[in-house]
Amino acid sequence: MGVDRREFLKIAGLSTLLGLGGKGALEVLSGKEAEASLQAEPQGGVRYAMVVDMRKCLERENCHDCMEACHREHNVPRMDNPRHEIKWIWTEPYEHAFPGQGHEYTEERLLGKPFVVLCNHCDNPPCVRVCPTKATFRTPEGIVMMDFHRCIGCRFCMAGCPYGSRSFNWKDPRKYIPETNPDFPTRMRGVVEKCNFCAERLVKGLPPACVAACKEGALVFGNVRDPESDVRRVLRENFTIRRKPELGTLPQVYYIV
Amino acid sequence: MYDGGKIIPGLLVFLFLITSPAWYNVVTGRADYRPEPQLPSDQKECVKSTPYMKAFHMDLLNQWRDDVVRRGARVYGTVGGQTYDKSLSNTCLSCHANKAEFCDRCHNYLGVKPYCWDCHVERKEKS
Repeated sequence: MGVDRREFLKIAGLSTLLGLGGKGALEVLSGKEAEASLQAEPQGGVRYAMVVDMRKCLERENCHDCMEACHREHNVPRMDNPRHEIKWIWTEPYEHAFPGQGHEYTEERLLGKPFVVLCNHCDNPPCVRVCPTKATFRTPEGIVMMDFHRCIGCRFCMAGCPYGSRSFNWKDPRKYIPETNPDFPTRMRGVVEKCNFCAERLVKGLPPACVAACKEGALVFGNVRDPESDVRRVLRENFTIRRKPELGTLPQVYYIV
Repeated sequence: MYDGGKIIPGLLVFLFLITSPAWYNVVTGRADYRPEPQLPSDQKECVKSTPYMKAFHMDLLNQWRDDVVRRGARVYGTVGGQTYDKSLSNTCLSCHANKAEFCDRCHNYLGVKPYCWDCHVERKEKS
């Protein structure tokens, strides 16, 4: 016989492995994939992110410039009924925005203070994963975008988003838009909408409307893949927190508190 | 045939009634009616030729929609020395400013109801 006991066991073992896991099993065991997942974020390219400097923002607590600019730009309706509210950028009390952070002795400087919140444009967005029509998707620049044409209004994304960043149009929003901006479409009834990081402005080289509107300079926007960018400088120099990082969504809106 | 005297005139009346819209158009002289969308007076060149636009403008718009939203390719290119964005509200309507006299004339005649305007904003004034 040409095959000895040792040879036979080798062949049998490899065939079992192939049978169970196919070619993928061999690749996992070879260790290349495990190494790749440990590597840092790829360098180069564009990945948009935002830093909200709440120290500056809270200096003018009743300022709504960013929200007004956003809502004007994107034809966001102003609903009478709070249950029909459409939210792109809005405020939440500190302990709601950061439910893990508050405690019974939370400092007064933060407790109940309105924190500016918006879509976090997660690196691992649950809304994109659950969308059955792929109406929500990630652009190469990391923006979590909506294709309103494809949205069927199933609201899976709203259930998936842990930040409440998505709103459903229960009513025809057109009647509730104070002043229509003809450069941006409105939505129709039965469609979900959310912040798009002003993708339509970014292609023209303009910053997002909220960033441009903030007189305090509390909103810093830019490319986190570029070590020289403003966001990277702010992230380097300050301690920042993110909303619900424990969920693994990898949000890309950072807060300086 | 039983009751042939009733059935055959009945059928003739039925045929006349069911073709009456066609007869009505012949009698009133509207049989050769063609919708005439109003073309912009100050522009000569569209992004594609007129026969192509007549037949396939909806395909072009769908293509533009996918390019802009999903691929981020917002610039169509240059036609006659002018660069155009892929935009219904901002490119098409900047020349074809009057939706009622351009889009609607054919769409109403053919009974098509495109849902573009559920969201896209019809420009009121010519820019």
